[in-house]
Amino acid sequence: METNIAVSNNLTQNNESTHKMELKNFSVFYGKFRALTEINLTVLPNKITAIIGPSGCGKSTLLRSFNRMNDLTASARMDGEILLDGENINASGVDVVDVRRRVGMVFQRPNPFPKSIYDNVAFGPRLYGVNRKSDLDEIVEKSLHQSALWDEVKDKLHQSGLSLSGGQQQRLCIARALAVEPEVILMDEPASALDPISTLRIEELMHDLVKDYTIIIVTHNMQQAARVSDYTAMMMIDDQRAGRMIEFNETNVIFTNPKDKRTEDYVTGRFG
Amino acid sequence: MTTTRFQELIAKNEVAHARRRRITNAVMLTITGLLTLLALVPLFWIVGYVIYRGGSTLNLDFFTQLARPLGMAGGGVLFSIEGTAVLTVLSCLFAIPPGVLAAFYVARNPNTPLGVALRFGTDVLAGVPSIVMGLFIYTLIVVPEKHYSAWAGGLALAILMLPVIIRTTEEMLKLVPHTMREASLGLGAPEWKTSLSVMFPAALNGIITGFLLAIARSVGETAPLLFTALGNEQYDLGTIVRGGIQSHQSLFAIIGRIINQPVDSLPLTLWKYAQQPYPERINQSWGVALVLMIFVLLIEIIARLYVESRKRALQG
Repeated sequence: METNIAVSNNLTQNNESTHKMELKNFSVFYGKFRALTEINLTVLPNKITAIIGPSGCGKSTLLRSFNRMNDLTASARMDGEILLDGENINASGVDVVDVRRRVGMVFQRPNPFPKSIYDNVAFGPRLYGVNRKSDLDEIVEKSLHQSALWDEVKDKLHQSGLSLSGGQQQRLCIARALAVEPEVILMDEPASALDPISTLRIEELMHDLVKDYTIIIVTHNMQQAARVSDYTAMMMIDDQRAGRMIEFNETNVIFTNPKDKRTEDYVTGRFG
Repeated sequence: MTTTRFQELIAKNEVAHARRRRITNAVMLTITGLLTLLALVPLFWIVGYVIYRGGSTLNLDFFTQLARPLGMAGGGVLFSIEGTAVLTVLSCLFAIPPGVLAAFYVARNPNTPLGVALRFGTDVLAGVPSIVMGLFIYTLIVVPEKHYSAWAGGLALAILMLPVIIRTTEEMLKLVPHTMREASLGLGAPEWKTSLSVMFPAALNGIITGFLLAIARSVGETAPLLFTALGNEQYDLGTIVRGGIQSHQSLFAIIGRIINQPVDSLPLTLWKYAQQPYPERINQSWGVALVLMIFVLLIEIIARLYVESRKRALQG
């Protein structure tokens, strides 16, 4: 982490060690169907990388590849490499549990467990063997502070997580992901089920979090990508109905001076 | 203001049409109302008649005494109530663990050969007449053991409960949002841990309801017990436990004595008493029917209350 923060100040220098995650010729197949075709993408540390594109272009499949959630689909098969700090996470001998601790995930709809607020946040640490009450208390408080939820819930930590509002639930889910101190946080349209004010809070939160974490976000909302992200990957479906990344660049370039006509049409709202 | 052809047409017909509509409505409402009442008649008739016939036989003795020999006044069906309790506990012990585990397996792997076989087997089992379960256990357990027993009866009831438990548990697990499972796996939780500490609590309300439905079904069954539990009018938990303690038997031995002898159950007692030509037995069988009905009703009420309280606890 330390070294990543140090080198992230010098992003123009594009050498291997500055990449938090990297996809090399990465493809995903569901049975015989090719869902993603040869994606090449670099994710820089302490930056927000947005993945945009029309529905069904494989954004979520791509996002779920970053912490091997596609393993859960029996027919899914992968080709190419996904590197986390230079190591292939799909290599044999890599512990998927370790990958998922280092690469956390926040889902589209808030999905707190049917447990208390405290137990929701403590779930991850307990999985990794943290059981002392004082340690857990500390982690829970820290995580809830980080997700800007502490002040709202500090007096009702033992109430059910489901008693919170939608926006609060989503921040609880973020706290739950933060509690295991991941390095990368994947967000799959984290605000699409929320009202504008809750959305704004999530976006502010992302700005705060990116100081310590690397964030990859899938979003349908073009303005959101433009507001929050540093880099944007534009995806599109090809003739074989497989998702391809057609352009990747700094967000302001994608939105003001895209090289691909299709990206321009998409970000200016001419289709999609 | 001009009127269109359509407005002319409806103006002409309005009065007649409206009257016909009101009459049709009244007729249909009457018919549906009467049919609803007709459907409710058997329900209230049965409940009312059981209360009327059974209520007069209920007294403290009925719940606290064993059967007395014919011709002696009084006596009760304590043996039957205790037998029902023992059979219920045993059938739950036999049916719930494998039922829940099978449901988890089926919910997670519906398309593997074992998953398909389990689902098919569950469907078939649900349709097998309950007396066949009794016959099966009779051949499998009672004949080789050379005696009837509570645990054989519990096994027969457990087979009856299995499909209900598997089905409801599976349905409840399927209702848990997919993303909740992913959230747990995404934190690095292994599959078993996800099932145990996320899926199971999330589906618990429905699962418990399924247990209670299964119990409510098995509690009213006579056929599987006819040649497994047989019936035992001298069964008395108090005597067994006191005797065991006095002769310094181990807990294990006492439990063995409780489950290794024939027992009665409420429907079994009802069936036997109702066939006898003695008025006091027939009266008692009505009392047993009432107790059985109340017992099933209590299970339903407990299930409802439990689900409500869990809901409140979850939603804060």
